[in-house]
Amino acid sequence: MATIFIDNKPYEVKEGQDLLQACLSLGFNVPYFCWHPAMHSVGACRQCAVKQYKDEADTRGKIVMSCMTPAADGTRISIDDPEAKAFRKGVIEWLMLNHPHDCPVCDEGGECHLQDMTVMTGHSYRRYRFKKRTYRNQYLGPFVNHEMDRCIQCYRCVRFYRDYAGGRDLNVFASHDHVYFGRHEDGILQSEFSGNLVEVCPTGVFTDKTLKKHYTRKWDLQTAPSVCVHCSLGCNTIPGERYGKLRRVSDRYNSEVNGYFLCDRGRFGYEFVNSGRRIPQVLVRPERNVDAIPVSREEVLEHISGVLHFGARVIGIGSPRASLEANFALRSLVGPENYYSGMSEKEHALISSIIKILEKGPARSASLNDVMKSDAVFVLGEDVLNTAPMLGLALRQSVRQRPMEAERRLKIPDWHDAAVRAAMQSERGPLFIATPAGTGIDDIAAGTFRGAPDDIARLGFAVAHELNNELPEVTGLSSKVHGLAKRIADELRNAGRPLIVSGTGCLSEAVIHAAANIAWALCEKGRKAQLCFAMPECNSVGLGFIGGSSIGMALKAADEGRVDAAIVLENDLYRRVDAAQLDRFFDKVKNVIVIDHVFTKTSAKADVILPAGSFAETTGTVINNEGRAQRFYQVFIPGLDIQESRQWLRDMMAASHIPLAGQWKTLDDITAAMTEAIPSLKQVREIAPGATYRETGMRVPRQPHRYSGRTAMFSHFLVHEPKPPEDTDAPFSFSMEGYEGRHPSPLIPRFWSPGWNSVQAVNKFQREINGPLRGGDTGKRLIEPGDIERPAYFTVVPAAFNVHDNEILVVPLYHIFGSEELSVISPGVAELSSKPYLALNPRGLKGTGTKEGEEIKLILNGRTYNLPVKFMSDLPDGVAGLPFGLPGSQWVELPAWGRVNPENADIVQ
Amino acid sequence: MLSLLKTMWTVFLHLFRRKITVSYPEEKPYVPPRWRGRIILSCDPDGGERCVACYLCAVACPVDCIALQAAEDEHGRRYPEFFRINFSRCIFCGFCEEACPAYAIQLTTDFEMGEYKRQNLVYEKEDLLISGPGKYPGYNFYRTAGLSIEGKDKGEAENELPPVDVRGIMP
Amino acid sequence: MNDVTGHLIIIFGVLFAFMTIAGGLIWVERRLLAMWQDRYGPNRVGPFGLFQVIADMVKIFAKEDWIPPFADKPVFVLAPVIIVLSALMSFTVLPLAPGVGVVDLNIGLLFFLAMSSLGVYSITLAGWASGSKYSLLGGLRAAAQMLSYEVFMGLSLMGVVMMAGSFNLGDIVEAQKGMWFCIPQFLGLAVFIISGVAETHRLPFDLPEAESELVAGFHAEYSGIKFGMFFVGEYLGITLISALIATLFFGGWLGPVFPPIVWFFIKTAVFICGFILLRASLPRPRYDQLMALGWKVMLPLSLANLMVTAAVLLATGK
Ligand code: SF4
Ligand code: SF4
Ligand code: SF4
Ligand code: SF4
Ligand code: FES
Repeated sequence: MATIFIDNKPYEVKEGQDLLQACLSLGFNVPYFCWHPAMHSVGACRQCAVKQYKDEADTRGKIVMSCMTPAADGTRISIDDPEAKAFRKGVIEWLMLNHPHDCPVCDEGGECHLQDMTVMTGHSYRRYRFKKRTYRNQYLGPFVNHEMDRCIQCYRCVRFYRDYAGGRDLNVFASHDHVYFGRHEDGILQSEFSGNLVEVCPTGVFTDKTLKKHYTRKWDLQTAPSVCVHCSLGCNTIPGERYGKLRRVSDRYNSEVNGYFLCDRGRFGYEFVNSGRRIPQVLVRPERNVDAIPVSREEVLEHISGVLHFGARVIGIGSPRASLEANFALRSLVGPENYYSGMSEKEHALISSIIKILEKGPARSASLNDVMKSDAVFVLGEDVLNTAPMLGLALRQSVRQRPMEAERRLKIPDWHDAAVRAAMQSERGPLFIATPAGTGIDDIAAGTFRGAPDDIARLGFAVAHELNNELPEVTGLSSKVHGLAKRIADELRNAGRPLIVSGTGCLSEAVIHAAANIAWALCEKGRKAQLCFAMPECNSVGLGFIGGSSIGMALKAADEGRVDAAIVLENDLYRRVDAAQLDRFFDKVKNVIVIDHVFTKTSAKADVILPAGSFAETTGTVINNEGRAQRFYQVFIPGLDIQESRQWLRDMMAASHIPLAGQWKTLDDITAAMTEAIPSLKQVREIAPGATYRETGMRVPRQPHRYSGRTAMFSHFLVHEPKPPEDTDAPFSFSMEGYEGRHPSPLIPRFWSPGWNSVQAVNKFQREINGPLRGGDTGKRLIEPGDIERPAYFTVVPAAFNVHDNEILVVPLYHIFGSEELSVISPGVAELSSKPYLALNPRGLKGTGTKEGEEIKLILNGRTYNLPVKFMSDLPDGVAGLPFGLPGSQWVELPAWGRVNPENADIVQ
Repeated sequence: MLSLLKTMWTVFLHLFRRKITVSYPEEKPYVPPRWRGRIILSCDPDGGERCVACYLCAVACPVDCIALQAAEDEHGRRYPEFFRINFSRCIFCGFCEEACPAYAIQLTTDFEMGEYKRQNLVYEKEDLLISGPGKYPGYNFYRTAGLSIEGKDKGEAENELPPVDVRGIMP
Repeated sequence: MNDVTGHLIIIFGVLFAFMTIAGGLIWVERRLLAMWQDRYGPNRVGPFGLFQVIADMVKIFAKEDWIPPFADKPVFVLAPVIIVLSALMSFTVLPLAPGVGVVDLNIGLLFFLAMSSLGVYSITLAGWASGSKYSLLGGLRAAAQMLSYEVFMGLSLMGVVMMAGSFNLGDIVEAQKGMWFCIPQFLGLAVFIISGVAETHRLPFDLPEAESELVAGFHAEYSGIKFGMFFVGEYLGITLISALIATLFFGGWLGPVFPPIVWFFIKTAVFICGFILLRASLPRPRYDQLMALGWKVMLPLSLANLMVTAAVLLATGK
């Protein structure tokens, strides 16, 4: 602790900070631009000036940049000093010399850090009479809009894009007052995190292009805290709605999970909520293979109660993209023995085994924050940038940990970003990546390994053996691989916070076992090793907790004629099992009821289709890959017949006279029932205050107090304003009414504070800068490592991968844009998604004359696919890659042996 | 006591004073030009819709009776896709006009807008839009704004330099 | 024409005449107040806005007749009836012209005083029965105010009675043939006018209502027809007091040229206008000021008036 004096009052601050951060943590309003809490100080903008005094006797003082001055013990500064104030006002005036007269047509307006700081410093009148500099803008792809005139040269964008996120295609060009922030030419931004420019840039240079299409100001957005549903990491988001349409998603700070950033899939994938693929009303198909016709709620419930008559054998198929509550409601309706998790057999097995590893083993599951702090990382089989993008961003920060130690020894403070980076140069901590194909973070890896899943697992087992030679030895490794294993083991052993990253990406249990073995071996050695598994969907872990068996079992039951009716919850089964098998299922089961929010191949076959709410229209709980249960809240009330899945299930229970339905009035009731039925979910009750939470008797308003148009929004329907709808499931109101002040962190609907309209307002909600939110970060970890003497190591080492003569091993590849089911419905994401292809190593095609893009035949599991070839030179020999889940592709069980162009068999090694 | 009687007498004499009441509607009252009556949306001197859908009027409105949605036309101009004022709520405070950076929304001297049905007091953009510039004849927002639209490229607005040549190497 | 029909005609004639006047007063008051405030007042409905009364009546009758659930129901309903009845009863003893009157009661004046005391009950009961604090305060004020001013009202009239030697209003008018009592009895007149205003709780002495402090006081909870009765009761009160001033101090029907009944109405009308002028010009005193005025000024004045009149009468030996 250090004591600093601000305007002659002493304050206790944490040591090792810069003054700006200390002042902001203490709640002072010091204006700034170039400083960013995650990227620290470079002292570029001169906006954060304060006056510093040598000692008590010093009355003259000197102007210093608070972001470049350490908050050392005994520092005396003045924020209110007239000279410092005048200086800050002057700086803004200079920054504004060339600023266009754009606020009314600028998408940043109303949440513009530049506006806020201009007001804060008191600059209000433009005295400069000369002409303004202008720039030409660039096309930067479907996500980010560019309007360069508004730039104030704070350099935050390039510091984020290049230094923090490792992007290469955004830079600063030209010199003196012509500096230009953009690409070398028009084109789509390549980084998976480009959307963060929107929040990082303090002005309207980079704005959200998807928002622009249906532009709404921040003050007009109805918001609620939410959780991203597009991957398993559970990043915290704030979706905003207006006029019944979701308008954008912005970041919700959570120091343990996503911090200040989101990936582009999470930020721009929201548009599926507004898409034409949404199911708007109740549909019933009178017969298979005819069009479904709309019917009323009552009719359909009547029909369903007929289907679910007493004695009918009804099964329920859940979904890893639906909330715990919805899945539990389904489980309660059909009974635990008839409930199936809705995951494919392999997925189901992998998830169960991961949960077991995390619960029973000594290694703790790592949050993204833990990942960032790790100083040696080994990635096994997971292309993180494409399956769990924010994990990739966190790994980029982790490689700075070891060099940072060295900087600290040189007495360079952590916050002095420019100095740290200059001293660090390209030095990086150890990050090893073993995957079948190249990944987007290979550039920061200390070593990479390309191999088939089994070989990756073998490398992992070899590393584990190096760490603990009681573990099974891997025989037959090449000396190169052996050397690599040794190196990895050494680095991990020498690290303070080693981390093993793996996941379901390879669809290989062996890889996961290897990862566990390494982490456990380290733990046994007394290292605080952590494990981080990427998983397929936002609630994969949650489903693991709920139990049930895989879809395969459901299909089997149907095959055996043990099923009269099936209820499919928010699940496109055609993405998880073989189409032929499913078609058989549909033939066998006469009544298939699908509850979903988008039309899918499954709903195209279903007999009854019930329109469910998407994540923005429902309240529920999901569990992320770390085991953190987090609640997402309904943002707005959907129109038409749409209602939450669990409401549909409750209605069905009521229609078929299941008494439980009567007891389930609110979400809290379901949560209570769920935690009672599944004790391992007990803590879900504590993740957020219940629906009855009130602050001074008031709810939390979803609409900000400046929300406009209240009396005109719907007056064209009816001029008499109806009473705002009530929310029985959450302590939020669907209006501006409520307590606009500090709330428990899971209930913060938006970051706003007087004078802080931009995202930077988050500093008023943090305990300290970069610390947890006041009242603690949201979510509760449900998985903690067991207290185990000796972990139950995995002992089966897979055999080495052998290149087959006429066959090729097809492994799944992933795409951040395209592989995820929901986000790809959004037009922007769809634009960036690839078409299905087959990735082959050109080495294997030598002499065949096959060109890239040429269509090629792939025979897999007895079926033939025609796919264009894509060359991927880092694929190991004998391995081909097939992208997973792209629109227009079919589900295939992977990894699997296939044959390429069989009539021309000699092309395959 | 006497003062009371005097008061009564003075008041009594008012019986013979000229009445200040204006017998509207037979007699039309004088309405000053800055009267805050029926709201219109004006057009700029070139005939383009002035409103740039910035939402400032809507947020300034104390009774929240303005609702609109921004959109962009093929010329790159922002315009309101719809613009609705619920006059049954409007208190004619004029805040919207003060907030408008484009001089688009203006209050006029017309106050004769009584209706038997409240629903008829909901005005849409078609009801609000006039063809002229209203009280502010010369102003065109896009001539001062940095945003380029069709017909006004970067550097062509008032007080602007031509766009920077990023590849230039002159100091 | 026999006696009965003659009587009936007179009864209904009087009833009709005074009800019309009371109703018409709504319009008169609004117009006059407007004129004194340099406005026109209601001038749109019918000629000179005369039908405004009808419009207002229709409105008031058509309004929901609501009794608050917390009210004392029977009393709540009874209160407005009392005020109208007591005012109407007083009119029975008024002689409009020689021989034209409902009854020629030789204790006419006492009857009037008795009736006006009954009026107090109406206001007090209304205030009580409404069951709200403002109404109750209004009712209490009314009770104190009207009971006090009744004392001086009675006393102020005793001079007139002495001079006329009769309680019969007809006789009192006859007694003014030589000189209107307003001259010898100007003190009595002053006290009577002031306490008349207080008795009818008209502005400036409308403390039981005092909308600015008691949100309409005793009739705060009244609406529709029952409120209308208070309204009419008030105008009946004004008419009654004006008619009495004319009768007791200004020679009633006496006057040249025009027939007596015309004189009576002309005089009454002038005083009604006077009432309205009072409302238009004077502010409401505080409640304690009103009470102080009553007991410290009015009482001594009326007693002095009584003594002097008695003394003079004794001295002149009439
Ligand atoms: S960046 Fe901010 S200050 Fe600049 S035009 Fe946009 S809203 Fe206005
Ligand atoms: S584009 Fe934005 S972030 Fe980049 S330098 Fe300019 S103002 Fe700063
Ligand atoms: S005049 Fe006032 S109340 Fe009416 S629309 Fe404008 S801001 Fe709203
Ligand atoms: S303030 Fe003016 S420009 Fe902005 S939305 Fe309202 S009318 Fe349009
Ligand atoms: S924030 Fe300190 S110089 Fe920019």
